[in-house]
Amino acid sequence: MVETSPTIGVLAIQGDYDAHARRLEESGARAVLVRKPEQLDSLDGIVIPGGESSTMLKFLERDGFLEKLTEFVRVKPSFGTCAGAILLAKNVENPAQKSLAAIDMTVKRNAYGRQIDSHIHEVTSKLSGGPLEMVFIRAPKISATGAGVDVLAEDGDEPVLVRQGKTMAATFHPELSEDKRVHEEFVRMVREHL
Amino acid sequence: MSEKNGNNASNSLRLKTGLAEMLKGGVIMDVTDARQAEIAERAGATAVMALERVPAQIRAEGGVARMASPRMIQKIMDTVNIPVMAKCRIGHFAEAQVLEALGVDYIDESEVLTPADELHHVDKHAFKVPFVCGARDLGEALRRIAEGAAMIRTKGEAGTGDVVHAVKHMRQIVKDMRQLTVMGEEELYAQAKELRAPYELVRMVAKTGKLPVPNFSAGGIATPADAALMRQLGAEAVFVGSGIFMGDKSRCEECSNGEHRYDRGCALAQPEVAEARAKAIVRATTHFDDPKVLLETSREVSGAMKGLAVAGLPDADMLQKRGW
Repeated sequence: MVETSPTIGVLAIQGDYDAHARRLEESGARAVLVRKPEQLDSLDGIVIPGGESSTMLKFLERDGFLEKLTEFVRVKPSFGTCAGAILLAKNVENPAQKSLAAIDMTVKRNAYGRQIDSHIHEVTSKLSGGPLEMVFIRAPKISATGAGVDVLAEDGDEPVLVRQGKTMAATFHPELSEDKRVHEEFVRMVREHL
Repeated sequence: MSEKNGNNASNSLRLKTGLAEMLKGGVIMDVTDARQAEIAERAGATAVMALERVPAQIRAEGGVARMASPRMIQKIMDTVNIPVMAKCRIGHFAEAQVLEALGVDYIDESEVLTPADELHHVDKHAFKVPFVCGARDLGEALRRIAEGAAMIRTKGEAGTGDVVHAVKHMRQIVKDMRQLTVMGEEELYAQAKELRAPYELVRMVAKTGKLPVPNFSAGGIATPADAALMRQLGAEAVFVGSGIFMGDKSRCEECSNGEHRYDRGCALAQPEVAEARAKAIVRATTHFDDPKVLLETSREVSGAMKGLAVAGLPDADMLQKRGW
């Protein structure tokens, strides 16, 4: 079978969207930077990058972007890291804020403290190929997950990589590691859904 | 947690530049109190820079400009959820130690404050907290990166509201980098001496055509169009200092105890005006290459800080000359 190159958008309001676009291209997808709601129409999936979720929300709250993106992630695959995981969660704490509610989980913002508490370490995951390096930067914590959520990796007893159906979220930044497995997994999810 | 974190130098730099990656495409705003910090966060700032006086006030009032009071910075850290940065004086590693102990997310070793050392900058590798430093050309940028800076910003001329030197410095850095990419291997050794920068870093830039850390812009950005200009010239994010909260006076005339009389000679813009400016600049920074949005954002703002033309500034008043 010839593998197709799905078109995956990266929400590019602000944050590390370039790093995601690079990893997606390396993983066999075509990456498009998304800044306007009408761009969603031509995409097979979307990545919401790390950055400041509150800043991204300001833009999403204009021009019907939030409604359109909520509908998009309901029908198409999506993947969020850090701020992106916050936006995909059903409930957000510290403080509470609006979200796309695509994964049945509760996420607490800035749960590890400040930048000085940012850290890198290796964690075992359900992805094949050994432990995954995880870069945590002012990371949020997944404090609760619903019954339909598959935990793909846990750090201690906290979920850090989760999936529910066609939606995946990480509280760390696979886009900042050389290891491409998480992005390859997402590109595979998008291909399956074409 | 240090053992399991793999606490080596390369991981440390990745965490430091990692936070800068998260700030790309956004606006970092200077704030002098918790109220301004709230306005900045509400307007969509990706981070705030906590300082005692914005550069325009430092210029107007003179005196020695030092690190802000930890009490004030703490209040701002308690108020907003976005990252909080603070400035230390050039070479003042003890101020940097205080800021690290306080837990700020980024330190700006800044020419806006009065330098504490006429020869040395802070050894930024010695800190766990990341640093941003100003630069006017590639050599200066690479010297700061060699000392451990995890983000570079153009110096521009802070506190003027005149974007001309932010443009000059960004163009210079981009041009210096482009030159390296077409040089032969043997030319790079001589060029490293010319740039007064470590050969290894010069070689890295020659290979990639870009800085090994994120490259932001600061120093005179005062309008949505200024922010878009800097982004189009290659800045990955912008710092806006005096441009948001300053009014058309350089110092307050009838204001006291934090009570501002906006109707009678106040140095600050009214909070609603400042918020509208902040929002417009945030939007222009994201949609920097879309003239339609730039027009909308330019319409949303009423006026800008009065400012000072850099061409008329005496040499001794140029903050950008600080740093070695």
